[in-house]
Amino acid sequence: MSGILKTRLQQGHRTFTWPDGPLPPLPDRFRGRPSLGDAACPENCGKCLGACPTGALHLEDGKAALDTGRCLFCGACATACPALRITFTAEHRLASATREGLVVRPGDEDLPPRKVALARKLFSRSLKLREVSAGGCNACEADTNVLGTLAWDLGRFGISFVASPRHADGILVTGPVPENMRLALLKTWEAVPAPKVCIVVGACAISGGPFAGHGEVHDGAAGLIPVDLFIPGCPPHPLTILDGLLALIGRID
Amino acid sequence: MTDWRNACAIPLAGLADLSVWDFQDCVSVGLMKGAQLLALFGVPARVGGRQDAVAGGHQDAGASEDPDCVRLFAVLGHPGNGTLEPFSTVVKDSFLSLAPIHPQVQLFERELAEKWRVKPQGHPWFKPVRFERPSRDGADLWEAHPAACGTADFFRVGGEEVHEVAVGPVHAGIIEPGHFRFQCHGETVYHLEILLGYQHRGIERALTGGPGPRTLHFMETAAGDTTIGHATAHCQLAEAVFGLAVPPRGRVLRGVALELERMANHIGDLGALAGDVGFLPTQAFCGRIRGDVLNLTARLCGNRFGRGLVRPGGVAFDAEPARVREVVRLLEQALADATGAIDLLWESGSVLARFEGTGPVSAETATRIGLVGPAARACGLSQDVRRDYPCGIWADAPIEVPTLSTGDVFARARIRWEEIRVSAEWILANLADLPDGAVRAPDAPPTAAPWPADTLAVSLTEGWRGRICHAAVTGPDGRFAAYKIVDPSFFNWFGLAQALRDQEISDFPLCNKSFNLSYCGFDL
Ligand code: SF4
Ligand code: SF4
Repeated sequence: MSGILKTRLQQGHRTFTWPDGPLPPLPDRFRGRPSLGDAACPENCGKCLGACPTGALHLEDGKAALDTGRCLFCGACATACPALRITFTAEHRLASATREGLVVRPGDEDLPPRKVALARKLFSRSLKLREVSAGGCNACEADTNVLGTLAWDLGRFGISFVASPRHADGILVTGPVPENMRLALLKTWEAVPAPKVCIVVGACAISGGPFAGHGEVHDGAAGLIPVDLFIPGCPPHPLTILDGLLALIGRID
Repeated sequence: MTDWRNACAIPLAGLADLSVWDFQDCVSVGLMKGAQLLALFGVPARVGGRQDAVAGGHQDAGASEDPDCVRLFAVLGHPGNGTLEPFSTVVKDSFLSLAPIHPQVQLFERELAEKWRVKPQGHPWFKPVRFERPSRDGADLWEAHPAACGTADFFRVGGEEVHEVAVGPVHAGIIEPGHFRFQCHGETVYHLEILLGYQHRGIERALTGGPGPRTLHFMETAAGDTTIGHATAHCQLAEAVFGLAVPPRGRVLRGVALELERMANHIGDLGALAGDVGFLPTQAFCGRIRGDVLNLTARLCGNRFGRGLVRPGGVAFDAEPARVREVVRLLEQALADATGAIDLLWESGSVLARFEGTGPVSAETATRIGLVGPAARACGLSQDVRRDYPCGIWADAPIEVPTLSTGDVFARARIRWEEIRVSAEWILANLADLPDGAVRAPDAPPTAAPWPADTLAVSLTEGWRGRICHAAVTGPDGRFAAYKIVDPSFFNWFGLAQALRDQEISDFPLCNKSFNLSYCGFDL
């Protein structure tokens, strides 16, 4: 017992104070929200398109636009771009209430829309979620799980993960949804009483991620379940996930 | 005879097909003499095969030209001298199962049946592995294949008082899906059967025809908590086929990343084990300390799981002196915190009472089923790729391999702590002595460029769960005819099933956590 107390004192108080206090530190090499410079691309360049493993980039009026819902944040496009137009900023706020809001265009500095009226009205002080891993690689799962540790202490916002879908206000899906997992996902969703929300976390759950187009998967959950919040990344940083959840319930804007 | 070693490129022209009989005999005798079956997989028979002669002489005439046949490759590892031994043969519809005498072969054989529709005759428990689509036309080996995932016969114990408990695929926590079927009498588990496949994303099928722009991403996400382990195994293959030399500084940084991955996961597991026996202090502390270690990896490359760090020829990010000093300082801090948090476990009678004697696996069982990694070392099997098949940094800077003997939850917990300590010391010693120079070979080819043609390449890494084996076979065009990934969980799920025998069903979460295996690494 004395050992436990001594260790407790040594470990100290480690819960981040954010959103009331400063942001938790992010590593200097962190690849957050992409920024696409407004300068024109060299004509017929498309080098970034060729470098991208998931087809996250496309040209609009001769300029590259980037769909963060497909992006693995690997940085290959930034390296490939001869005009240095693509950079990955330290901006951790990536979540969007709409699929279209995930597309970043040149000069686009505004955050995507994040207001989900239903969730702000009903779940602002208590949100119980059932997590369903459907082909997730265990990184999105791990960085969702980590929100329950004392460093993040998700419970202080009234958000927690519950064992039964019957006790949940919604589901949080990770992974590209393999055909082998489709039925279990749908049954879990159906078992959640309405009104309910669906949150998808990670490139896989949004678009199939690295597995997009594989016959074995359904390219994420959106084709099967109406999605209320998309949180991109591969995996998203825990701060990005928490930011999305807090925006969903209206704890932050 | 060339002595093949870890990370080797074997020209297929030098590998003669054996008769099926001789092939099975070589594998069987090897295993009896203490070899490890690293991989057993198939490719279409048109790939590989030496044109001149057929050793052994019993092979079906013309089988190797028959487009409907399947060429099998087996790779044995000899941990005593660090050599690898490849064999190949050609089969048509079936072969005699080795599983009855060598249980470690059983899952590979079922996989061959599922992928290639070749039946292992006499297999003691013949059922699908991950409910994937077959790669070859032909007769269904199971009724209605591909059946819906999870529909299969389960082993049943008879008797009025026996009951069955089914759990999953969706579990209570934030974890991956899988199905567990227990045969119980009262609280006692007679038998546990584990059925997976729910995470199947088609990685191996998608790799066929590669390498391509996604190849490295498949490696990094095959089992996302083992990003460094799988990426390293893959990059070692690429380096072997292209003859790339990883510069010394890059070698050390790779080793550091691998050991950080081990530390983070082991610390997380010890916290979770504490949580499963209701010992909250260690659970709470370790949950945070694990994150601190993941953040060290993020300091190296920007991503907590090491995405984008390991690349063919070395690593994609250098660590300048200030960064190295910072990593060292934070690692020392994390180790001190972990020591305090984890020592509490060994000092608490209530924890030890739950850990000791729970879920034991004997050394004999572990050997027969081919258990790997910390789970095997906890049973007294002294095996570790870093020592037995050293490659890269492990040839220059060896690492201590602790073992324990009781094979129970306690041993699987304690071995993790020993490994955390050893890994931290190794990282600190090697960062103190970090060589100068480049971190990546300048001549690394683009990731999607074809590999040398007609080659079998094999590589091993000791991931945090144990031995990872990657094997690639290229066709005449230098594209993957097959890419085999053997995650440690491929062997170890069966170990968990064994550990539950005669245990109380309420001990399942604890036993499960003491293995903490990968679902997606198994399902691929
Ligand atoms: S960072 Fe995203 S958009 Fe750029 S290449 Fe990688 S996956 Fe594609
Ligand atoms: S989005 Fe990336 S990290 Fe998340 S489950 Fe998919 S592969 Fe893993």
